[in-house]
Amino acid sequence: MRALIRAATDRKLSRRTFLRVSGTAAGGLFVGLHFDLPPLLREKQGAPKVYPPEAFVHVMPDGRIAIVVNRVELGQGVATALPMILADEMDADWSQVSAELAPAADVYKDPVYGFQNTGGSATIANSFLQYRELGAKTRAMLVSAAADRWHVAPEQCRTANSVVYGPGNRSARYAELASAAARLPVPEKVRLKNPSEFRLIGKRIRRLDGRAKSVGAQKFGLDLNLPGMLIAVIARPPLFGARVKAFDDREVRTMSGVRDVFEIPLMTGSAVAIVADRFWTAKRARDRLKIEWDLAGVERPDSAELFTRYRQLARTVGTVAVNRGDEGAMDRISTSNRIVAEYQLPYLAHTPMEPLNTTIRFDGDSAEAWAPSQFPGYDQAAIAQVLGLKQQKVTYHVEFAGGGFGRRQSFDSHVQREAAEIAKRMRGTPVKVIWTREDDVQGGYYRPMFVHRVEVGIGGDGMPAAWKHVVVGQSYLAGTPFESLLIKNGVDFDAIGGTEDTPYLIPNFRVSAHHPKVSVPPSQWRSVGYSHNIFVIETLIDELATRAETDPIAYRLKLLPPNALRLRAALAILEQKSGWRKNLPPNRAVGIACTQYQGTAVACAAEVAIENKRPKIMRVSVALHCGLAVNPLSIENQFQGGLIFGMSQLLPKGVITLKDGRVEQRNFDRLAPPYIGDAPLRIDVHIVPSAEPPTGCGEPPVPVISPAVVNALARLTGKRYRSLPLLAL
Amino acid sequence: MANAQGSAANDKAVDGLRAWDSVYSVLTFPRCINCHTATNYPQQGDDRHRHFANVVRGPDGKGVAGLNCATCHQEKNSDATGVPGGHNWHLAPLSMRWQDVNDRILSSAAVCRAVVDRAKNHGLDGPGLLKHHEEEALVLWAWSPGVRPDGTMRSLPPMTHSQFVAATRRWVSAGTPCPVSK
Amino acid sequence: MTTYQLSVNGERKDVDVDPTTPLLWVLREELKMTGTKYGCGIGACGACTVHLAGIATRSCVVPVSLIGSRAIVTIEGIGNDPVGRVVQDAWVETDVVQCGYCQSGQIMTAVALLKDKSKPTDTNIEESMGGNLCRCGTYMRIREAIKTASAQLR
Repeated sequence: MRALIRAATDRKLSRRTFLRVSGTAAGGLFVGLHFDLPPLLREKQGAPKVYPPEAFVHVMPDGRIAIVVNRVELGQGVATALPMILADEMDADWSQVSAELAPAADVYKDPVYGFQNTGGSATIANSFLQYRELGAKTRAMLVSAAADRWHVAPEQCRTANSVVYGPGNRSARYAELASAAARLPVPEKVRLKNPSEFRLIGKRIRRLDGRAKSVGAQKFGLDLNLPGMLIAVIARPPLFGARVKAFDDREVRTMSGVRDVFEIPLMTGSAVAIVADRFWTAKRARDRLKIEWDLAGVERPDSAELFTRYRQLARTVGTVAVNRGDEGAMDRISTSNRIVAEYQLPYLAHTPMEPLNTTIRFDGDSAEAWAPSQFPGYDQAAIAQVLGLKQQKVTYHVEFAGGGFGRRQSFDSHVQREAAEIAKRMRGTPVKVIWTREDDVQGGYYRPMFVHRVEVGIGGDGMPAAWKHVVVGQSYLAGTPFESLLIKNGVDFDAIGGTEDTPYLIPNFRVSAHHPKVSVPPSQWRSVGYSHNIFVIETLIDELATRAETDPIAYRLKLLPPNALRLRAALAILEQKSGWRKNLPPNRAVGIACTQYQGTAVACAAEVAIENKRPKIMRVSVALHCGLAVNPLSIENQFQGGLIFGMSQLLPKGVITLKDGRVEQRNFDRLAPPYIGDAPLRIDVHIVPSAEPPTGCGEPPVPVISPAVVNALARLTGKRYRSLPLLAL
Repeated sequence: MANAQGSAANDKAVDGLRAWDSVYSVLTFPRCINCHTATNYPQQGDDRHRHFANVVRGPDGKGVAGLNCATCHQEKNSDATGVPGGHNWHLAPLSMRWQDVNDRILSSAAVCRAVVDRAKNHGLDGPGLLKHHEEEALVLWAWSPGVRPDGTMRSLPPMTHSQFVAATRRWVSAGTPCPVSK
Repeated sequence: MTTYQLSVNGERKDVDVDPTTPLLWVLREELKMTGTKYGCGIGACGACTVHLAGIATRSCVVPVSLIGSRAIVTIEGIGNDPVGRVVQDAWVETDVVQCGYCQSGQIMTAVALLKDKSKPTDTNIEESMGGNLCRCGTYMRIREAIKTASAQLR
């Protein structure tokens, strides 16, 4: 059956679709993309979208059930949660269920966003109903097959654990019924379970891939092995955008195992690819390759110089994005009742543990590719473009990823384009391109650096009475296919997400932005604009609360509108579960921060001490409201992990700096993300019970930990830290 | 003026102290002092920053189970991967610390006192110290320290090993004199 | 190219490689054993950890020419070790992994710790596991799993 709503294509969206950024949902990896559907289809929005079960569920003759997951498993647990949802409605025997990752194909597009992606913490929110329906329809077809066989009505049958039971003592296993069921028409409407009937959804279910990943059996993109496969590494220019001038490969070509050495274009500039039969050979060849780069006139971004420039820009109003209330209100507030704060937030790298990689084999009229990817459709189209093929002639397999955090997606599909250039030259042979850790650390696509300058006017009641906020930083989306969606009137809403859409009731509120162009390629880092905007907002709110001599949770509750239900609930649970913050030992303090990201509300309390002039996070209590908690165990994992990910930007060696055009860090020797010694000893996670439609958990915890820690430090030291990372206190 | 005998003795002491200056300049060079820390971690690099990956001293200066020195450092340098190596790679004991707990290098007098103190230096007398400087594998390593992960050569101490041994010999034969105070 | 005879998980494996090839790449590319992972190549992250003569060793920095006859045990073989099996079971029971890419190294390091100290303190855990990087931040559960495993060991 044809889908009632044809998902938007990977290419340009039709002129009739435009972005409406909802007030509560902006920011994030693909946030708030409510494609306005053409009028013809709008009234059908409530109707079920039809996805063919056979693309999502394979019931095998031996009883095993493979469920196809329309996302990449990055660690966030979707390859367990989506099968749980489907298997629950299907009444499948969970012990027989396994997950497969879907390749690039239209049927696997995100049903809300209209393109295949993993991001925006949107998987559960957007595919919850989809997978329930798939499970329910599959069940209905199996029941129909049994009912047909037994000449009874389907209503006389019930299901449990991959068995259909009929009147009398009749029963049939799903495995026996599968082929008959597959021949039946897919029902248009199905009854979904009442939540009281859930057997899997809502339970703490261990991940399906847990054992494989604990015994070294899980294969990631980097582990792919194909007959005749070659390995490629790329010698990248020392400055972003530079080109190869000349290279001397005579010595390198004599190395045993080296197959080819050639120049390839990059998104900007060019590089030299080395292809060999083994990684070590390719890497050694690259070390020995003599390359002359054309650096004349190439931009040399420098962190210190950029911060100076950004601070200057921040003193002027940028392109205005939000302007509500009375612009003159600030002038009527005396300067002694104002806070002027300037923030400096550095470049951040994702550094997922599995380095970037893609494997492609180009056969002339078709191609096959394998990659851990958050944007399979885009990547597939990019590879096709480079190889001169139609998109559907590229088979694109999605592999398990050793972490993503936003790095496995890019609007320019640069990783895949480079790999396609190499595959084109090595036609007929599969080539795996491997980025070394140095390539990754120095390769750009960072969360951009930002400066914020905020002026807050405080009312007589201690609440903010006026707020003027300037954000300075690169646009994530300029020059990408999504420019028209999230850049409105010259302002990149991904860059101001967290500020422009703040739920706090702040009157006379103006937000503006400057988007300097810098040659360092930007990218979306887990929680995107919230990663810096929430740091600014939540530390300022804390400062206001302190000035008003009000408890930081109480102050936030006062500043939130009554209908900020999820945030209120999260703050209330946090209040309840963080009673320990009233009985702190000496030399410890607590900081509070909260946010709502893509519908999920988070509030945390971080207990901090100072040891050896560094903040030590002793304990964190975090409360969240994500609607229905599909897998509370997985959510707990995401929140513990996300808080630790988020603290990267506090660590002195946790950030990227550039000096005279070159990235100063090379590897984990000089770029040190949090190790176990940096992590708190305890993180307790509290989920607000709810039956509302679920929202995501991958990114929401990330933005709150840094402001919570800095708020605690303000109590310990009396100082407000507005520059990250935190150097010696 | 002192008599000739006193003058010769003085000369020898002065020469011994000069020799010690040379020895001190090697002992406090990064290739040596990075493993003579007062803390529970080694240092690395010419800028003597804390060794990456949170490696710690452990009970015997060899790290801890799961993260020993031998977890990375083998019997020889691995130039292709940038990891130095030598026989029995480990930290000098705390009794042989030549820095303070804030990673500041101790004075010439303080280091000298520690080096000659037989209660601290595993019972080495003058000849023992000379032999240590001449033959100990990890001492010799400082003059073939290998290549860094970025492919560049690690920097060498301010004199050759022979010169270091010669200076040690002069210092020992002068009775291992130490500068006064501090 | 030189031929080396290696002992890997109790079996003899002959490989013909450049002497500078790190053990990591010998395992992954010559022996097709991909359970041991490449994370950084300089010994800073621990994803490549194996046991070499019983010592947790970062295989990305050890050239095959320096291995000799020392027995190599990898994540694929550690389950045959009683401590290894208990640790892997604890990892599964505690639902430690997220992306899982660092976990082979985490487990090999944890096994080395527990073979040395079957009742490690919090400090022991922090010091021994202190050099293994997990970007997903599974440290809370790593600690929990080590304690669970410890409780099952004499």
